[in-house]
Amino acid sequence: MSEETALQRVKFYQTGTHTVGNRLMDEEARSVQSSIDRSNAITSGHRACQGCGEALGARFALDAAMRSAEGNLVAVNATGCLEVFTTPYPETSWQVPWLHSLFGNAPAVATGVAAAMRRKGRAATKVIAQGGDGGTTDIGFGCLSGMFERNDDVLYICYDNQAYMNTGVQRSSATPPAARTATTPAVGDAPGNVFGTGKNMPLIAMAHNIPYVATATVADLHDLEVKVTRAMSMSGSRYIHVLVTCPLGWGSATNHTILLARLAVESGLFPLFEAEHGAVVRTQKIRRKVPVEDYLKLQKRFAHLFKKGAEDTDRIAAIQRMADANIDRFDLLGERTAP
Amino acid sequence: MTHELPFAITLDPSTSLANKTGSWRTERPVYLDRLPPCNNACPAGENIQKWLFHAEEGDYEQAFQVIMEDNPMPGVMGRVCYHTCETACNRGQLDEPVAIHAIERFLGRMAFEKGWKPVMSAQDTGKRVLVVGAGPSGLSAAYHLRRFGHDVTIREAGPMAGGMMRFGIPKYRLPRDVLDYEIQRILDTGVKLELNTKVEDIEAAFADEGFDAVFVAVGAHLAKRIDIPAHAAGKILDAVSVLKEMESGGEPPKLGRRVIVYGGGNTAMDVARTAKRLGVDESMIVYRRSRKEMPAHDFEATEAEDEGVLMHWLRTIKDIDGTSVTVEKMVIDENGRPQPTGEFETIEADTLILALGQDVDTSFLEKVDGVEIARDGVVTVNKQMMTGRKGLFAGGDMVPAERTVTVGVGHGKKAARNIDAWLCGETYQASQKPELAAFENINPWYYDDAPQSKQDQLDPVRRQTGFEEVLKGLTEDNALYEARRCLSCGNCFECDNCYGICPDNAVVKLGPGNRFEFNYDYCKGCGLCALECPCGAIKMVKEGS
Amino acid sequence: MLKQLEGSAAVAQAVALCRPEVVCAYPITPQTHIVEGVGELVKSGELTNCEYINVESEFAALSVAIGASAGGARAYTATASQGLLFMAEAVYNASGLGLPIVMTLGNRAIGAPINIWNDHTDAMSMKDAGWIQLFAETNQEAADLHIQAFRLAEELSCPVMVCMDGFILTHAYERVDIPTQEEVDAFLPPYEPVQVLDPADPYSIGAMVGPEAFTEVRYLAHRKQLQALDLIPEIGSIFKDVFGRDSGGLVHPYRTDDAETIFVAMGSVNGTIKDVVDAERENGRKVGSVSICSFRPFPLEELRLALEGAKRIVVVEKSLAPGLGGVLASNVRMALREAPHPVHTVIAGLGGRPITMKGIAEVLQSAEAGTLPDVTFLSLEKAVVEREVARSADMRHSGPTAESILKAIQNRSAQERSNVS
Repeated sequence: MSEETALQRVKFYQTGTHTVGNRLMDEEARSVQSSIDRSNAITSGHRACQGCGEALGARFALDAAMRSAEGNLVAVNATGCLEVFTTPYPETSWQVPWLHSLFGNAPAVATGVAAAMRRKGRAATKVIAQGGDGGTTDIGFGCLSGMFERNDDVLYICYDNQAYMNTGVQRSSATPPAARTATTPAVGDAPGNVFGTGKNMPLIAMAHNIPYVATATVADLHDLEVKVTRAMSMSGSRYIHVLVTCPLGWGSATNHTILLARLAVESGLFPLFEAEHGAVVRTQKIRRKVPVEDYLKLQKRFAHLFKKGAEDTDRIAAIQRMADANIDRFDLLGERTAP
Repeated sequence: MTHELPFAITLDPSTSLANKTGSWRTERPVYLDRLPPCNNACPAGENIQKWLFHAEEGDYEQAFQVIMEDNPMPGVMGRVCYHTCETACNRGQLDEPVAIHAIERFLGRMAFEKGWKPVMSAQDTGKRVLVVGAGPSGLSAAYHLRRFGHDVTIREAGPMAGGMMRFGIPKYRLPRDVLDYEIQRILDTGVKLELNTKVEDIEAAFADEGFDAVFVAVGAHLAKRIDIPAHAAGKILDAVSVLKEMESGGEPPKLGRRVIVYGGGNTAMDVARTAKRLGVDESMIVYRRSRKEMPAHDFEATEAEDEGVLMHWLRTIKDIDGTSVTVEKMVIDENGRPQPTGEFETIEADTLILALGQDVDTSFLEKVDGVEIARDGVVTVNKQMMTGRKGLFAGGDMVPAERTVTVGVGHGKKAARNIDAWLCGETYQASQKPELAAFENINPWYYDDAPQSKQDQLDPVRRQTGFEEVLKGLTEDNALYEARRCLSCGNCFECDNCYGICPDNAVVKLGPGNRFEFNYDYCKGCGLCALECPCGAIKMVKEGS
Repeated sequence: MLKQLEGSAAVAQAVALCRPEVVCAYPITPQTHIVEGVGELVKSGELTNCEYINVESEFAALSVAIGASAGGARAYTATASQGLLFMAEAVYNASGLGLPIVMTLGNRAIGAPINIWNDHTDAMSMKDAGWIQLFAETNQEAADLHIQAFRLAEELSCPVMVCMDGFILTHAYERVDIPTQEEVDAFLPPYEPVQVLDPADPYSIGAMVGPEAFTEVRYLAHRKQLQALDLIPEIGSIFKDVFGRDSGGLVHPYRTDDAETIFVAMGSVNGTIKDVVDAERENGRKVGSVSICSFRPFPLEELRLALEGAKRIVVVEKSLAPGLGGVLASNVRMALREAPHPVHTVIAGLGGRPITMKGIAEVLQSAEAGTLPDVTFLSLEKAVVEREVARSADMRHSGPTAESILKAIQNRSAQERSNVS
């Protein structure tokens, strides 16, 4: 038995695919981010805050897309943090062809770009549109829905940091209940954002019966890359909703960016799933379930829930119920399906 | 750029590289190698994690070579070491420790099968060193001295090399072919071995034979005895003699049908289990304290019990009358000491074997000026392992330390380093130990769940009737799997996490084997890399500090 | 080839002859027939290599065009009225990015009150958005201006809005000379963008620009418009060489040589005005007119030259700057800032109110008599206005006027009932 066949046969790889790379695995099985040759769609010198989840998520996604498209890709960007911190005159961090038009029109602009590519004999050039949660679930919602409805050949990626961070942390329709923002201050009887509102964009995207919808986070790079790669292999409208931590808006430590995204998943608050043509086809199971407190406590935007001597147990319980409902709905513990 | 782009609204790619965001930083990440707890705990000073790193890749030969830098006998050590490394292993706090000993043993076997030899690169120095005693410590010292290029002669009083590895550890724990092979590999490096040569005059070795230095490691072979009133002479033996006799090649000792072994240490267990294998009907341990307090390792007692050894805890022997042994029941007081109860029992036994520890035979050193023998009979050495006589070093069981093969091997290496320095007119300075890689430095999320692989054990019936090795080795698959359970505490294993998760692209990947470096021009000091480093090989330090 | 057809159809055919590669369609009266026409040409296969995209709003329509143009495609869309306002943000954006999109504006009033009929309020709302705005006088000119617009836009990297009066032009059936494909191809070279999204040359388009360069960017936008002042007549002249007729240009003076009174107007109303000029010239009045084709850039010099011999200027315009008066008139005054002429503003045709020869003739008489006020609302129903003014002086209600009138009626009937009981 040669050494190589022995290595192939032993499937245990120390850290498996939890780490970015793994010297023990075949090159092809390693992540795009582990490669010296990754495209670094967003390069150094950008002005994102320390520990910015969006800078990370966008590079993860775009680099994976670049590999998948073999570099033949153009990107459209909605107004928002990502746009502002990457392209303040006279410097841009982008290494892919990139276009920013407006806050609310990235999907439509991307539609136009894709149409141009087809008409200019460059149909192989892939088009990606990207925006934050405000640009996606609020102001760009109409254009996005239109793009989905027409099934235009665009991969839209939403980097969801759950509020309007660029303008100073105001509530968006993706802001979670109880979260403090500048427009849902932590004062009064029910401090923070109200319960029972907001949009679940991935589910809305699914309702358009588009070929592919997925959720991902910056905490699970391989999962994100697999999803981007899968999306890139399809045509028509595709949507990936990536949870990206915002240390500024969430009031979290700059080194907790990945930890918090992970806890969002492990608590059940942010379910990871994929859907094709309107039906959920895969879910990522929770690996080590945690109570929502583990996630909430690390963020100042939820600090009012944990006031010493006045813990808001009712609303913490309500958030836990939301997590439990997700766990049940998406079978996140794998109780209904064989592992 | 071949054309003029619209002013300001359109920008050339990557121009942000002009913006050095490193100026934002208040803390900077630095790579460091923390001391993994296994390495820290290893009495032989093995760089366990480093050889596991190579083993993880299936590069067993490199793993073997790393072991050989510290320990010339992985096959022996993988079997007889009590692996304090595994007790310290951080993985133990996750699920179970990495079975380091089993991988080491596997590597020993691979080296045997492939005929790998240690790399010997030093030039001959012309310095001559005499090593007295061919036990673990002496063999180790000789090997390491040879690696330094010195001319080494071992003189051994007995007929075979190995010391306690041969005469103290039964072959069901350490098959003799393994021992013989690994000793021979040491000798093959050019170490001279003189058997049946008892050194009586150290000064003569210096003065008449011209040795530049001498290392004595004669072990502790004198069995401790106690006085037990004996009305009619029963058969009383000592453990060391019994085990030694097993190796003499002659008839095994006659023990009768029922045997009592008096003592609770590892040697007691070894003798009791040996007696069982020799076919006695009943092999019994009598020990004055309980299992909790016994000095033997728990697994040894368990294996003994599995083989049918009967345990009489909390008993002291009061007298012997022929085959009747009277024992007094004891209780443990609040200080953990055994106290007599005045209650007595009688146990029938044909033979009583005393396993109460050993003393050092220091008679040959008494006439050496400057050598100091402590009250408990061991030889005093300084930090450089040198006795009061310049150029005379001592180690192993004969100096104050825990008496294990691993400690002995460690002493050998340490002595060799000190002797080498001394021969060069220097004083050996051990390098500063880096900070310990604590479990808190580990980010356990990143490691796959993986239970320890268990070594197969010989069927208990066969264990009672023969001296076949009890514990089986790992297969290659298992060994590889087990090596990969290593968390690589405190030492980069090139998982690419820092490289992948830096939001600022401020980590430079230097390629396989070369790890990474930070690009402080752009690092904003967010600390993500340090927190998400699985093994704790990055720490944040204050900028300007 | 001469054809008898609806203005919208003529424009659709002219646009199709320009080989647009991406056309975005969203319905709003009165431009709808144009994009319908283009759509049919695409669907029928007469217009090839064209993406026809039905979008969900005007905002998306222009946004798709922005993307297409940045992607290197020749992009076209059309809108009107509220639609232009709904895409307003993108209107500014397209010019800011220097994307040579051509858009038809079927001029229509802006609500509330909602009104689907023609005036120029929509165009005026975007007059400073950085687009070139050309006004067509006739359907022939509307068709011709589209062909010129693509060439103009692409030479300057600046979007062009071709304005044509809703219904009056868009829905009018007239004889129009539709050029051949060969003629248009000879006139309009393929689109060669100065910047395009290209993986082989991956720059970033649409950067954030701060105080350190914003003024310069805006200055360059202004300069581009000034360049157009030269380019528009040039292209008009080339057009004449190829197609054999005058279309476009900056201004069209009509019988201004010895005119003492000159009307200035934009779009189709110039037809009515010219008829009045002809009729009044018959009556011996020294009257002429100037039709402004290029509103942005505004041809200050050409206009000054055309108007300098007159004694008075009457601007007939279909838009209102409430609180000021005329929009066009203000611009005309800028051209005549060093001349002593009075410039009268006649607000006319709002929300589709007919502008008659009689009305214009009366304006001329008042102007000559020196009784024309500074700002006149042509054919204003004074009685209606006075009644409402009196009523609102009597009774104050917040809210829309229509509601106030209803409330007043209810109050009166309640009073009457209580008087009866």
